[in-house]
Amino acid sequence: MKITFKLYATLGDLLPSNAVRNVSTIEVPEDASLHNIIDKYHVPRELAHLVLINGVFVCDADRDQAGILKENDVLAIWPPVAGG
Amino acid sequence: MSWTKKILRVNLSSGTCTEEPLNMEWANDYLGQRGLATRYIVEETDPACDPLGPDNKLIMATGPLTGTMASTGGRYSVICKSPLTNAIACSNSGGFFGAELKFAGWDMVIFEGRAASPMYLSIEDNVAKLHPADDLWGKSCWEADKQLRTKHQDPQTRIAIVGRSAEQGCLYAAVVNDLHRAAGRSGVGTVMASKNLKAVVCRGTLGLGNIDNPEAFMETTKAGKAVLAENAVTGQGLPAYGTQVLMNVINEVGALPTRNMRETQFEGAANVSAEAMAEPRKSDGKPNLTTNGACFSCTIACGRISTIDRTHFSVKDKPEYWINSGGLEYEAAWALGPDTGVDDIDALTYANFLCNEDGMDPISFGSTVAAAMELFEEGAITTEQTDGVELKFGSAEALCWAAEVTAKGEGFGRDIGMGSKRLCEKYGRPELSMTVKGQEFPAYDPRGIQGIGLAYATSNRGACHLRGYTIASEILGIPVKTDPLESEGKADLVKAFQDATAAVDSAGLCVFTTFAWTMDDIAPQVDAACAGDWSPERMMEVGERIWNMEREYNAKAGLTAADDRLPERLTTLPANAGPATGKVSELDKMLPAYYTVRGWNADGTVTSDTHQRLGLPG
Repeated sequence: MKITFKLYATLGDLLPSNAVRNVSTIEVPEDASLHNIIDKYHVPRELAHLVLINGVFVCDADRDQAGILKENDVLAIWPPVAGG
Repeated sequence: MSWTKKILRVNLSSGTCTEEPLNMEWANDYLGQRGLATRYIVEETDPACDPLGPDNKLIMATGPLTGTMASTGGRYSVICKSPLTNAIACSNSGGFFGAELKFAGWDMVIFEGRAASPMYLSIEDNVAKLHPADDLWGKSCWEADKQLRTKHQDPQTRIAIVGRSAEQGCLYAAVVNDLHRAAGRSGVGTVMASKNLKAVVCRGTLGLGNIDNPEAFMETTKAGKAVLAENAVTGQGLPAYGTQVLMNVINEVGALPTRNMRETQFEGAANVSAEAMAEPRKSDGKPNLTTNGACFSCTIACGRISTIDRTHFSVKDKPEYWINSGGLEYEAAWALGPDTGVDDIDALTYANFLCNEDGMDPISFGSTVAAAMELFEEGAITTEQTDGVELKFGSAEALCWAAEVTAKGEGFGRDIGMGSKRLCEKYGRPELSMTVKGQEFPAYDPRGIQGIGLAYATSNRGACHLRGYTIASEILGIPVKTDPLESEGKADLVKAFQDATAAVDSAGLCVFTTFAWTMDDIAPQVDAACAGDWSPERMMEVGERIWNMEREYNAKAGLTAADDRLPERLTTLPANAGPATGKVSELDKMLPAYYTVRGWNADGTVTSDTHQRLGLPG
């Protein structure tokens, strides 16, 4: 199934070459866990700090859960960042 | 020690500059900067005074760590009663001015009265003098800064100054130092200009040799710097991307207030983000972002230095803006961008330059333009008022025009300079003002991030993110992740952030250190620098004391629980996009819990028990 995959800040370079700015569409197995995807795109797990599915934070403990994504979900990841 | 133990008192009515000792009893209770200066304001002024009258006082105050080698130890604040909110104002700035004031031997400068004609103050170590400033009046911060540098002929001089917006009565005028750092919020620049004080020119050569335990100070500050360097946020994220990295984050979580907070996600966010600032542009192949920059003694260096595309309509005929200057920080970028619906990064950078050039708070300015755009689209104002300009959401031309006329106080710019609350009242639509206590919101929507709504509502200086930055926890997971959509438990979170921030501000440090530092990192540095035992617990108690003192000041100024309210839009109009879809701010649930956690009465007043426990004045 297809999902929208977004990598930001220092992780942006790890996106596949079809990415526009920080956004790409990727194909993932229906039973994929977030860690499967994070590892596949060589995102160091310790830098996958802010992990959001459709804008909702996914804690570290849930990132091994298979089948957490649905078709057309948006997975967005940031390294540790802050501002204000 | 670390305090210089000296205050400079400048009476602008009589033209005198006098030295007096710092009240060390108060320093022990309020530490420095924000807390200590507010203690002086409480003692010496009537909270009911006219903020723009001679009875209001304005204090430029450093903290005990200002001017030291502690990382970020370069902060100062400007404290007075605010003309925007009629509450206490305390606006904090970085750059290099604060440290210079300390090197000249002063913990703070108290300005009182009002000069008969424009003046500026020069400080060279122990010598302080008032000079006529008629030739500087009517000039922008940048022009006047240049003129003063030519006159004083010392490249190491540091200058804090007000621009034309302040002179023209813009109610959110800033005090700008080092050209593009600012004590930005609540109209502290307006108060400075109301005293006919244009600038403070400072040069200090005395250094800072009064650290209580130098050896321990070396050790603790070194340990603190190591923590900042090793932390991914303060060591990598902030220097590389600055605060602007939040643009895409906050949009993704559906809490990016858009078009005067009508919506909660902005389709153009990516165009005005940190990532966009780093992209090469078509005209010259250079990105908007030139480099990062650091304030005095800072080892984080989050500041942005940027350029505007020379072919952009705003500057193509204005080579004076083909410069590197203070670029977009997140809050400013949000107010000038998503809140006005403009996604043209060069237009935002231009408007931001003008805010620096003439000393306007870009948050209040941008938010007021957003309110004006909604008034325009609703037909409450027309091109008759705007000199023919179509003041529509998304118009980069309208944004740039608004910045130009407000900076100089011309035409409709005078209305924009009143701030959102007074503007919306004037045109009969007060409900369109997105303010608390008359101060405009920053860049987080309280429908999608519940705790920040409580922080806005209860902030002692009006809506503000820097009085209790719960975003750290609710969105960024620092120090622990909490659910942004949950209102339960947020009263405790808000209090903890508010008290800790008051203590950090009062030390003279930057609150951004707290993305990595806890009070266990900060207290040992203060303890080594200052006489007495400064434990983390004492720091938190000082923070709580300061918060309550500010609250009591505001009560005496006439503010009540009715001022702890969010605009109805945020408590009745549900978020329309993102995870918060359908949610409103649950302020009514959080506020009573907050009053209880604070040890206040149900009407929001400080109980006598809390007053006694904290040893508050009066």
